[in-house]
Amino acid sequence: MGIVSPGFTGRRRPGGEDLPPGQYLVTDFPVLSAGPTPRVDLASWEFRVTTETGQAQAWDWSSFRALPSEQITVDLHCVTKWSKLRTPWRGVSLDTLLADVETAAEFALARSYGGYTTNLPLEDLLGGQAWIAYEYDGAPLGAEHGGPARLLVPHLYLWKSAKWLTGIDLLTEDEPGFWETLGYHNYGDPWQEQRYWGD
Amino acid sequence: MAGTAVLGRLTWRAGTVASVRDETATARTIVLTVPGWPGHSAGQHVDVRLTAADGYSAQRSYSIASGPAGDQVELTVQRLADGEVSPYLAQVLAAGDPLELRGPIGGWFVWEPAPAPVLLVAGGSGIVPLMAMIRTRAAAGTQSPFRLVYSVRGPQDALYAAELAERQSRDDGLHVAYVYTRSTPAGWPVPPGRIGAGMLTAPGWAPGQHPAVFVCGPTGFVETAADLLVSAGHDPRSIKTERFGPSGGRS
Repeated sequence: MGIVSPGFTGRRRPGGEDLPPGQYLVTDFPVLSAGPTPRVDLASWEFRVTTETGQAQAWDWSSFRALPSEQITVDLHCVTKWSKLRTPWRGVSLDTLLADVETAAEFALARSYGGYTTNLPLEDLLGGQAWIAYEYDGAPLGAEHGGPARLLVPHLYLWKSAKWLTGIDLLTEDEPGFWETLGYHNYGDPWQEQRYWGD
Repeated sequence: MAGTAVLGRLTWRAGTVASVRDETATARTIVLTVPGWPGHSAGQHVDVRLTAADGYSAQRSYSIASGPAGDQVELTVQRLADGEVSPYLAQVLAAGDPLELRGPIGGWFVWEPAPAPVLLVAGGSGIVPLMAMIRTRAAAGTQSPFRLVYSVRGPQDALYAAELAERQSRDDGLHVAYVYTRSTPAGWPVPPGRIGAGMLTAPGWAPGQHPAVFVCGPTGFVETAADLLVSAGHDPRSIKTERFGPSGGRS
């Protein structure tokens, strides 16, 4: 237990919703991005998977949207401490997108329009744990929240769910991404409170 | 990208409140003494942890307002009416009280003293990390031209107004321009209104001169300002942003 703050009582959540340590509940949907919001034209939008051997598989918007999609409802946990519960999305499972990809890679690097990157183990993208989401709450995903399409990996802190996604590189060696290079945890499990290097 | 990443494990530190001072009717600066503080870069933040007598705890992030000052760290906290942590920090916490924090955190939204021109764009309490940059610039004695565009609802909401006026009056390359969105001081030449392109493209700050740009404020403000800057021709990669949600980011 930390040092008691004299006179602090705090606001416990009614119903005792179980949140990861250090998180608090919000009902709005905060936006956190490192730079201006890229405006991505659907006509030129592309999502590309590139394997460790350089083989690539790419989808334009219409071929991406022709893939089977799923309605998912997940909890979001941002490293800046807010959590938002039961958020409704529609997206394509990474299991679907990676089904025909031949790879021995163990790591993935997600790349975004605007230059953002984030890394995660490939196994965290598989097994029904990750999607490329293009609708939020029944409407096309807004640019400020990562539209046209963003990665959604809700079991990790939200910076891993790269906005404005345009590619995933499959790698045999782990390659830290944008925030992972700037002091944030390489894996980012909110239940282990892995916020920063060394956590 | 050059960064000032945190190194090693960020442990919780026990700070002590040296003093507090009100900046506006709803914002207060907390001056902390933090033994062993490793120093920080302008723009970085800390995590603050409050703990109740029964062990319940709450964490929030706050930008550092001060420049380098040994083991002293200043935070300026805007009190949110529905907040859990900010009312405690801005109203209850007093000199002599302990406060746990860890940091400094963040290696992106930072300014290190350098000669290149800098454009700072602040909305409301988004001024706090930008003030750390202004103070760090002064402490370093650098002459890099700084222009601050500071959007506030009205004169009574402006943080650090006296200090900014005093620093600007020294005419050492810091220029401050206010944008009033709801009410203006008496005799102000233009009616209140939102930030516009003209306010961000003053002479000497053409995108071709490659100023480093820092934008901080509420999400809607940052979206608007960043879009205006990109439209004006600034390279999106030269624009660093920090947003906080209407009730989510820093309550």
